[in-house]
Amino acid sequence: MGNTMTDQTQATGSTGPVPSQKDDSSSAIIRVESMNKWYGDFHVLKDLNLSVRQGERIVICGPSGSGKSTFIRCINRLEEHQQGKIIVDNIELTDDIRHIDTVRREVGMVFQHFNLFPHLTVLENCCLSPIWVRKTPRKEAEEAAMEYLERVKIPDQANKFPGQLSGGQQQRVAIARALCMKPKIMLFDEPTSALDPEMIKEVLDVMIELAGSGMTMLCVTHEMGFAKTVADRVIFMDGGEIVEEAPPHEFFTNPQEPRTQKFLEQILDH
Amino acid sequence: MKKQTVDSRPAGPKPWYDPRIRSLFFQFVAIALVFWGGWTLVDNTLSNMESRGISTGFGFLNETAGFGIIMSLVPYDATMTYGRTFFVGLMNTLLVSAMGIVAATIIGFIIGVARLSSNWLVAKLALVYIEVIRNIPLLLQIFFWYFAVLGSLPSPRQSVEVGGSFFLNNRGLYLPEPITQDGFGLVWGALIVAIVAVVGLRTWAKRRQLATGQIFPTFKVGFAILVILPVLAYLTAGAPLEWDLPALKGFNFGGGITIIPELAALWIALSLYTASFIAEIVRSGILSVSKGQTEAAKALGLPNGLTLRLVVIPQAMRVIIPPLTSQYLNLAKNSSLATAIGYPDLVAVFMGTTLNQTGQAVEVVAITMAVYLTISLTISLFMNIYNRAVAIKER
Amino acid sequence: MAEPMLKPPKVAISPLDWMRQNLFSSWYNSLLTIVVGYMVVTSVGPLFTWLFFEATFLGDEPSDCVGTGACWLFISQRLNFFIYGFYPDEFQWRVDVMFLLLAVCFVPQFIERFPGRKWFGLFGLTGLPVVGYFLIPGGNFGLEIVESSKWGGLMLTLILAYIGIIASLPIGILLALGRRSEMPIIRGICVVFIEVWRAVPLITVLFMASVMLPLFLPDGMNFEKLMRALIGITLWQSAYMAEVIRGGLQAIPRGQYEAADALGLGYWKKTGLIILPQALKMVIPGIVNTFISLFKDTTLVLIIGLFDILGTVQSTVTDPAWQNVAIEGYVFVAFCFWVFCFGISRYSQNLERKLDTGHKT
Ligand SMILES: Nc1ncnc2c1ncn2[C@@H]1O[C@H](COP(=O)(O)OP(=O)(O)OP(=O)(O)O)[C@@H](O)[C@H]1O
Ligand SMILES: [Mg+2]
Repeated sequence: MGNTMTDQTQATGSTGPVPSQKDDSSSAIIRVESMNKWYGDFHVLKDLNLSVRQGERIVICGPSGSGKSTFIRCINRLEEHQQGKIIVDNIELTDDIRHIDTVRREVGMVFQHFNLFPHLTVLENCCLSPIWVRKTPRKEAEEAAMEYLERVKIPDQANKFPGQLSGGQQQRVAIARALCMKPKIMLFDEPTSALDPEMIKEVLDVMIELAGSGMTMLCVTHEMGFAKTVADRVIFMDGGEIVEEAPPHEFFTNPQEPRTQKFLEQILDH
Repeated sequence: MKKQTVDSRPAGPKPWYDPRIRSLFFQFVAIALVFWGGWTLVDNTLSNMESRGISTGFGFLNETAGFGIIMSLVPYDATMTYGRTFFVGLMNTLLVSAMGIVAATIIGFIIGVARLSSNWLVAKLALVYIEVIRNIPLLLQIFFWYFAVLGSLPSPRQSVEVGGSFFLNNRGLYLPEPITQDGFGLVWGALIVAIVAVVGLRTWAKRRQLATGQIFPTFKVGFAILVILPVLAYLTAGAPLEWDLPALKGFNFGGGITIIPELAALWIALSLYTASFIAEIVRSGILSVSKGQTEAAKALGLPNGLTLRLVVIPQAMRVIIPPLTSQYLNLAKNSSLATAIGYPDLVAVFMGTTLNQTGQAVEVVAITMAVYLTISLTISLFMNIYNRAVAIKER
Repeated sequence: MAEPMLKPPKVAISPLDWMRQNLFSSWYNSLLTIVVGYMVVTSVGPLFTWLFFEATFLGDEPSDCVGTGACWLFISQRLNFFIYGFYPDEFQWRVDVMFLLLAVCFVPQFIERFPGRKWFGLFGLTGLPVVGYFLIPGGNFGLEIVESSKWGGLMLTLILAYIGIIASLPIGILLALGRRSEMPIIRGICVVFIEVWRAVPLITVLFMASVMLPLFLPDGMNFEKLMRALIGITLWQSAYMAEVIRGGLQAIPRGQYEAADALGLGYWKKTGLIILPQALKMVIPGIVNTFISLFKDTTLVLIIGLFDILGTVQSTVTDPAWQNVAIEGYVFVAFCFWVFCFGISRYSQNLERKLDTGHKT
């Protein structure tokens, strides 16, 4: 797929419409400029523009199938975009493997289904990437990992295997694992939606604590309480487009777009 | 819920309604049937053997066999005993099984990985290989290699020859045999030193990585040591190796190592056939590692090579190894098809010729089956140990 | 928002792009493609030339084979032998009827929406063997007797595989139930039986059936060679069948057993009405797969002197009247087996996929 697409990306990227945020975006840690993505003929992401400042916390919500996951996965290039630009920490995501690897080192990701490595212990899960990618000495890596495990409140599980933990514990390990790489940005893709209600809180608590520490966060979630507490901006996506973008109090009290209003009605009913 | 049925019964169940007594009764009947069946068989067999004048017991193992065997890994001639023929056959079975397992594993892994290749041509070719080979009976493939391919090779006088030292003809493949001279001990010594050095290097590299985080290219350097040290030793000792070249003597070749066509055909067919199953096992093992796992590894910044080595392969191997062992077992059992082309394996030599000459079917069949049973139980034992070790880790 | 762009940047992929992506995506892929492609081209060409272009298809004498290609006359001239063995020409219609019935019963299984195909299949498993039992050997209804020593070729191969599977199914079910029984002695007997048979190669079983069975039986009672082979194959196969069925039994959720118990069903009713129907349905692909391997394994009977399809071919390729026809013979047999096995394995893969989705919903 790759080669042919890059030419296109660059060609349209430079001639495409210049987004308005461009002016203040020199300080932005993530810049997405008129980005488009297709699955075959299906247009999943339509002309997305977004710029995220260092330390900003953004919540993305929207109905199922609206392209939230796809969008967030484009930011560490688990998915390729075909038009427009994505610039993360001043590195543009292109086909260049070195750039992708550098970006991925700076961007941590937490998945809906945890994706812990079942053949490694919790501690090994956390140390794997620091040891092999950051080339940290084992002892240092383990010490750092223990610190993060303490931060997510499960240092006593360090030598267990993921299969032996509850869902909430696994997700907290996954957060600790991502943090062990000392990322500048954290991406969350519905981190609580595979969890039982009583476990959601323990994960959200960790995320709130993380937000308080000044981490740049992009978070796909339907936890509106979380959005109200920590988000600087809420982004509403529908049909592959960013429909509305507003600070949480405005977003929840005074949504502008009819589609947002409908979505909020539905979600708050439940 | 269960109580309902109990309630509808009369108060004290009659003995034949009591499940425990029933169960005892059935088991008793089963044992009685087995013993009765076994006794009838033994009785029939004994009277049949008596009326046919077949002797019983394992004494025949010490009698002279009186027939030749075309290939043997241990010294053998016709004056030796049936016990010796058993041993020769067993060794030949183990030889072809071991050769087959090595080759089938290599080919199978290559084809299995090729099946997942991003190269369309390679992937499709691997698919064709798998679908063709595994849907054709093994015996037919053995016949094909033995009669059609190897059988149509030229006679010894018109051998296909490579460099005056390799000869291929319808009597087999002839290779030069290395004969070590004085001083070759140095090379062996160097090899041992090299192995020790590599093991040491590995430990050191690992320790250094744990301590400082630096990664040492153990594989490349280790490989270089393994090659260079023995070669240096070989040269310093003045190349103490001579080759016994095969040469045409009369109508046939003498000297060197001979791979008889029976062995070659069996080996090729067994390896190719089993490889097609192994390839499928490897493919599904790799595919069994979910996409989420590779994605998580990528998201952590692991490059592709490390993702494969640290995340995919360790998980795939747990899925691959159990069915792989059962393929090895199948290969060992299938090696008994040797009989059909006259490769002197256990079944051909022992269940074939020895049985025919002595007529002691019961003993011979029992011994042969016991051998296969032992092989298979040993392998399952290791398999269970392995599975348990893996299972504890999981949950 | 900006103007909607509805078309992906590249709509249709040109063949050239396709090749670049799938064949020449990197330097080593290109190298691989070239090397492998060269090998394929250089081997497929001569292969096709030998198989078709230079081959002889017409004629009726060995001497008609003059080309450098394959001599298919060998096959067409001896086809009767390869299919029926020594079965007398005038009675071959009986075999043909069986072939036809077999096709009628099982071809519909490949057609998704064939009306009542389940009943055809069921007849194939129950009625067909009965018809065959009267038709092939003869001796009843005024049919002339044809001794089993005259049977051979493809027909014998099918008989061996078919009877082997059908007879081993009930034994396998009993063994599987026994292995899961709560009675330790019954379980022990079944485990030993299953594991012993599975550990030994089929050849030893066939040898045993042909040399030891006569010793086991009381004086004056004996079976023909074919019958002995069938007994050996059935016992051996039933052990494999038992393991396949046990897999199905294990996959049935505990709740089903408990629900049956709660209904007050006894062991046999519970097993027969609730557990087995579900388990058997689940293991149909497994049974089909064991059938495929048994089908291939039937070729081993030639070692104890029966003339299955490979046996008939093997015994004719050395016929001095025909020169160097071994490869043609083997290709023919390989083709027959391949068509059967590949077709059936595709069928079982389809079934597996369907059962998979069936369980998820
Ligand atoms: N690999 C793919 N191939 C084709 N279409 C895809 C693929 N992955 C996702 N899609 C489609 O893209 C659209 C967006 O998917 P995405 O997973 O981003 O939605 P989402 O907003 O995350 O939904 P959810 O809330 O259910 O997770 C969906 O319509 C989906 O069907
Ligand atoms: Mg999603």
